[in-house]
Formats: sequence, structure tokens, C-alpha cells
Amino acid sequence: MNPLRTLNRIFRSLPVNLALVLMCIMWIVPTFGLFVSSFRDKEAVRTTGWWTVFAPQPVAGGEQYTTYCASCHGPGGNALPQANLSDPAIVNKYTRDYQLLAMLKNPINGEPHLKDPVLPTDANQSLAILGNVLTYMQGLSGVSGGGLKLSLSNYADALVGYKGTNTYLGDCAKKDPALLTRFRCTAADLLNPEGMGAAFLNSVLVTVPTTFLVIAIAAFAAYAFAWLDFKGRTWIFALLVGLQIVPLQMTLVPISRIYSSIGMQSTFLGIWLFHTGFGLPYAIYLLRNFIGSLPREIFESAYLDGANHWKAFVKLVIPLSTPAIASLGIYQFLWVWNDFLVAKIFLPSNPVVTVQITNLIDPRGANWHILTGAAFLSFLIPMFVFFAFQRYFVRGMLAGSVKG
Amino acid sequence: MMPAIMKQGKWTPWLYLLPALLIMALFIAYPTLNTIALSFMDRTSTQSAAADCVAGQPCWGVFENYRYALTNPEMTQALGNNALWLILMVPGTVAAGLLFAVLAERVRYEKIAKSIIFMPMAISFIGAGVIWQFMYKVETGGGQQTGLLNAIITGLGGQPIAWMSTYPVNNFALMVVGVWLWAGFCMTILSAAIKGLPSEVIEAAQVDGANAWQTFWQVMIPLIMPTVVVVFTTMIINILKIFDIVFVMTGGNYGTEVIANRMFKLIVTDTGRSMAIAVLLITLMTPILIINIRRFNKQEELR
Repeated sequence: MNPLRTLNRIFRSLPVNLALVLMCIMWIVPTFGLFVSSFRDKEAVRTTGWWTVFAPQPVAGGEQYTTYCASCHGPGGNALPQANLSDPAIVNKYTRDYQLLAMLKNPINGEPHLKDPVLPTDANQSLAILGNVLTYMQGLSGVSGGGLKLSLSNYADALVGYKGTNTYLGDCAKKDPALLTRFRCTAADLLNPEGMGAAFLNSVLVTVPTTFLVIAIAAFAAYAFAWLDFKGRTWIFALLVGLQIVPLQMTLVPISRIYSSIGMQSTFLGIWLFHTGFGLPYAIYLLRNFIGSLPREIFESAYLDGANHWKAFVKLVIPLSTPAIASLGIYQFLWVWNDFLVAKIFLPSNPVVTVQITNLIDPRGANWHILTGAAFLSFLIPMFVFFAFQRYFVRGMLAGSVKG
Repeated sequence: MMPAIMKQGKWTPWLYLLPALLIMALFIAYPTLNTIALSFMDRTSTQSAAADCVAGQPCWGVFENYRYALTNPEMTQALGNNALWLILMVPGTVAAGLLFAVLAERVRYEKIAKSIIFMPMAISFIGAGVIWQFMYKVETGGGQQTGLLNAIITGLGGQPIAWMSTYPVNNFALMVVGVWLWAGFCMTILSAAIKGLPSEVIEAAQVDGANAWQTFWQVMIPLIMPTVVVVFTTMIINILKIFDIVFVMTGGNYGTEVIANRMFKLIVTDTGRSMAIAVLLITLMTPILIINIRRFNKQEELR
């Protein structure tokens, strides 16, 4: 190929590529930022932006730390278990350089804390050095500054619903007595009703049965609309098209009153039925369009072979409709998993993931770091479903919208 | 109409339909009627809404809740905001979706690009709210800006903006979240329509000397117009119902109230008014409903 023409083509397609890549970056940055934040510790999330992870500021005091401390405490600060300088609890005791100086004047095991080398005799020079050492220790322990330590701590806090001032894993390691009144520091904590672990389970318990119910009930109705003959078929189906846009706000109060009067408020059965009711119009519409487009001949030959409607439905329609059923299933699953309003009203006692996230929000904004973990835990399943079955999801959406 | 293909019992169709019709009647049809009835009753749902009238104040009698829904400042603000969303955010989202669809068509990494744009559709509005709160964070003390947008603004020498509490900026900030969420939806549907265009038509236009711009506006847009209308109507319904984003990000405070959030706030304390707002919501959707049924009937004639 002519190199000039290739070059020409590249230049002509440059604006398109630039625009598209720029837009993709704009779309992915918000999610990516939260993703990075979810691995940063509490203080880092509170005090610095997530992007600082990629451009770490040079940490002051490294040289001084190496000179005076590293020989005993080790380069990572954790060589001495009784004086672990990477432990935030220890480093937090010292906020100013003179506090560090006062501590260093106390002998260790009958000998001076610092022997080789010793600090300069001039107090101001010593303080200048120790100020840098302190900054370095704070970075080392993740108390402030660098925020370079990435961990799963936020996920642990979110999973168990820890709302204290430290971290769940840190408190458990210390056997904090205040913590042990609420948590046992075993796997049982995952089921703490205030945590995302329990919410995850609730979400599964709401979503999976609903999805099956919708598919089963809709498949029957769709078959009737597509291949059975009855009075008012077109009319009822047109009504169904209309029902698709009834906002669920229209039905919340009456249903919740019925539920209260028959003791179904805050039950899984209640929320299954509610979601099913709202999923059906779209589900029937989607499946009917698919089932109705199956070739007529297969039904005729089935009939000649002695099949009745039930047999045709079970043996022909269901297997042939697998792609449409998959699309519907994915669509319905994501819709229910991501729902907030219905779960908030009908299942307050067993919060699902979306409701639990709002429960974890602290009005004073003191627990931003837990929200990062909680949000990503709630994304796990939908993201997996989405990337594994994207084709079906798109098809489910198209089936309703383009023809609808 | 399709004639029956097999012998069927008189009740067979109804047996297949029964579970679906029963559930829809119980969970959609009946409650809708009930809601309309409740909207004419007072806050305790025991007597006519007229009972909530205060002597010497304007009163619409049994329509008292609708007086609230249409004239109360809280509600007029919500209605105004929903209108703003409809006017700015719906065309914005459709335009962004169309732009993506057209651009992605021309590159080799189409699938990846589309996945990135479409991904927000897979997550919850609540999760999206958390994501964007991190974008909009503001540090009013002397500390570093930890929200990306304010970090960029201060990095360029500007003053940080309290995105969520400054009116009217907060409304636009919320709309940006909406566009971010729904552009993928618009893109997917419009992209399918573009792919369905017969390639001869586009080629013919190019042979006739039309440039890319002319081909886009004079050939492609008119051909995909029916789909654009579908996307528009779907988005209008989504925006009339907009709730979760506002609920989780501002709670409707600082002048960002919308209809559905107002309805949710009153649902326990003042059921009558809340239900009147719900009825108002479905009334606003009725034109779309009629369009949908008309389009459906036209399709059925073509079957």
C-alpha cells in the first residue's frame, strides 16, 4: 500500500479516535476513581485525592529515618514487634517533633534510646531531624501523607458493617473490648445485619426467585398471546403495552396497606410478588414478540404428530426461546438487583445492597471510605453478569425499546 | 390476526393467562385505582381531602391535594426542575448516545468503547450516586481538594465549587450524572438502528457526492428517526420518574427537588398529597402512553 495514503488515512481518522477516546476516559474515570479509593485507607480517602496514588509525593525524612532508626526498627518500621513503627496506633501517639524528642530521652533497657549515631546536641537541629522522621513514620504507618498503602480494609469494614473510628481488622487484631461487644471477629460477623455481607445475601434472596417467577409466569402468558385464540386478545395486549409505563410510585401505598393488613409487610414473599407484578408487562411483551415470530410450520407439524398445546409449549416453545428467556432473565435480574425504592419500602427489615449503602452513609460524612467498599461490593454481581452476558442484556433491551 | 393452529379447549387460553393477569390486576391495576381514590382523601385517608382545608386559605375542596401538588412552592420547584431535566438532560443524553453510536461505528475498538459507555447501565443509581459524590466532593477548609473536579479547578487557579449545595449548579451536576448513566442506553439502541440501515443507501449518497456531514444529517438521521423518537419517549418517562439519583446525592435539598422525591418524602406523613403527586406523575406520562399504544397498533396491522 502507498505509505502516503496510509498516513493520510491515519490523519483523517485522528479526530474521530481522539473524540472517542476522550469520551471513554470521561466515562470511566468516575468509576475508576472510586475503585482506587476503595483500596485506600480511611485517612488517605479523607485527606487526599485518589489520583495521588499514581503520583506519590516524595516523602520527606527517609534519609534521616535510615540514619537514626532503621538499624533497629528496620527499613519498614516493623522489625521490633514491641515498637512497630508501621502501626498507626503507635505513631498516632506522637503528633509533634518535641514529643518524639521527649520519648527518645527515656532510656531503653537501661541504655540510651539513640546510641549510634546520637542526635546533635543543639535542640533545634534535633527537632528539625525528628520532624522529618515523624513525617516519614506517619507515611510508613499510613496515618497521613503518602497514603500509599493499599488494602482490602474498606471492604472488610463494609462487609461486616463496622462503623467505629478505627478499622474492623485493626480492632480485631487488638481485641478491642468495645468492638467485641458487637463483633466476634470470626466469619459470623459477615452476617451482621448492618453489613454488606448480610445485604448481599438478602439481595440474592430477593433477586433470584423474582427472576424465575417472572420468566415462568410470563412464558405462559406470552404463549397464549402468540399462538392461542381468544376473545379480546389484541385488546388485552394493548392494555399490557400501556401498563409498562405505570410508575411504581402509583402502587406503593395501596400494596403496602394490603401487606400490613395481612401480615406480609417486610416479607420476602411480599417483595417477590411486587417485583413480579411490575416485571410482567415488559416480560410478556418481550417473550410474546419472540415466541410469535417462531415459524408457524413447526407448530403445524407438531400438531400432525399429535402434540397438543401443552406439549408444544413445553417441548418446542421453551427450548426454542432460550435466547429470549436468557435476555429477559439478565434484564430482570439487573433491574431487581439495582432497585432501591421497592426494597426500601417493602423489605426494611432485611436491607438489600442498595438500601444498605444508604444505611451506611453517615450524615456527617465521616465514613466515606466504607462507602467505597460497599459500592463496589454491590457492583460485583451486576458487573459480572453484565460482562459475561452483555449480548443478552443488550438484546433484552432492544427487544422492548425498538419495537415498543 | 393469527388463526388458531391447533384444537384448543374453551378455557385453555385463560389457564395460560390466569397467573399473569391475576398478578397484574392485583399489583398494578387495583393499586392504581386505589391511589387515585386516596389522592382525594386527607392525610389520614379517612375523609375527604377538603377536611385539610384551613379557613381563610385558598381551598380546592376535594381537590385540595391537587392544589398542593400544583401550586405549593415545594412542588412548583420540583415541577420546574423536572421540566429542566426534560429540556436539557433528555436531548443531551440522546445526543451523546447518538454521537457515541456514530463515532464507535468508525473504529476497530468499537466493542470496548461501547462496553465502557454502557457499563453504568449495569450498576444501581445508588452506586452511581456514591461514585459521583466522590467526583463532586468539596473541601471548604484549607485542605487539599479530594474531589477530582474541584482538584482540577483549584489546580488551574480557580475557586472550588460546592457542587451539591450551590443552586443552580447542583441541578446541572445531577443531570451530568443522569447523562453518564443513560447515554449507554441511547447509544445501544441508536447503534442497532444505524447498523440496520441498508448500506446501499449510504453508499448511494456518497456516490452522489454527499460528504460525511451531509450523509449524517440528510440521509442517516431521517432514516433512524423512528428509533430516535422511541429513545426520546423512553427517556422522557425515565426522567419524569427520576428519583434515586436526587435522593442519594442531595435528598432534594438546596433547590434540587424533583416530583418523585417529593412524593416519596410525603408517602408516610401525608399520604393524600403524596398520592396526588403520583397521579400527577402518571398524568404527565399519559401522552407517551397514547403514543406507545398507537405505535403498537400500527405494528400489529403490519404483522
